[in-house]
Amino acid sequence: MAERADFAAQAMQFAPQLYSTALRMTRNASDAEDLVQETYLRGYRGYANFEDGTNLRAWLFRILTNTYINSYRSRQRRPQETELNDVEDLYLYKQISGLDIASRSAEDTLFDLFTDDEVKSALENLPESFRMPVLLADVQGFSYKEIAEMLDIPAGTVMSRLHRGRKAMHKALIEFATERGLLNG
Amino acid sequence: MADCNETLRELETFLDSELPDETRAAIQAHLGDCVDCLQAFDFYAELRVVISEKCRNEEIPPGLIARIELCFNEDFDGDSKIG
Repeated sequence: MAERADFAAQAMQFAPQLYSTALRMTRNASDAEDLVQETYLRGYRGYANFEDGTNLRAWLFRILTNTYINSYRSRQRRPQETELNDVEDLYLYKQISGLDIASRSAEDTLFDLFTDDEVKSALENLPESFRMPVLLADVQGFSYKEIAEMLDIPAGTVMSRLHRGRKAMHKALIEFATERGLLNG
Repeated sequence: MADCNETLRELETFLDSELPDETRAAIQAHLGDCVDCLQAFDFYAELRVVISEKCRNEEIPPGLIARIELCFNEDFDGDSKIG
């Protein structure tokens, strides 16, 4: 059985990534802090249920996700599950390939094409049922199976929401690039 | 070996490392031969790194760690022991 005394030593290393994830979920620094604190408190209280040798990071993210869904989601006034704008496959790739290369300097890379704020907004503006899988897969690198367990949905649903969520996120990124005059809408 | 359509259809699942070994090998064989598909795969692999790096670089607020550790020192189940 997992000993509570070990919890702090084992679990605190994940605080920065839990905080970043909480911020993308709540979109609010003060809620994100509360969410992370509550996650650790729940983790600490429930640590006896953690099976030694299993993945502590995934276990903590599961608590974070559940705490967010149960405690914070209901507080956030936001239109639920609006239809996502669909775009063709490889949409972003085709759009970026159409960039006028001559107008770009040699050191321009994909990393510099979008600002940090644009990428964060594109993710945070996704409806929640798409935002959560994209955040857990593409930012935190969890598997379909791990995400399915965290969100309590089938792995096939994780996969289809990732597909649709990513496309919607890519469309938002293209809109940002168009606004900045990098692309001809 | 997979063709271009089959390969591009599996792009996301491939980058998610969720393909069965056999399919993964077929895709890899195609990518070894097809520059167009390889370019698309490289683009999305790089995009994923960019998105990940830009969305997880938050500074943890000062004091949060200390506040969390303080919780660990309380006797919140009332058994007169810490924790």
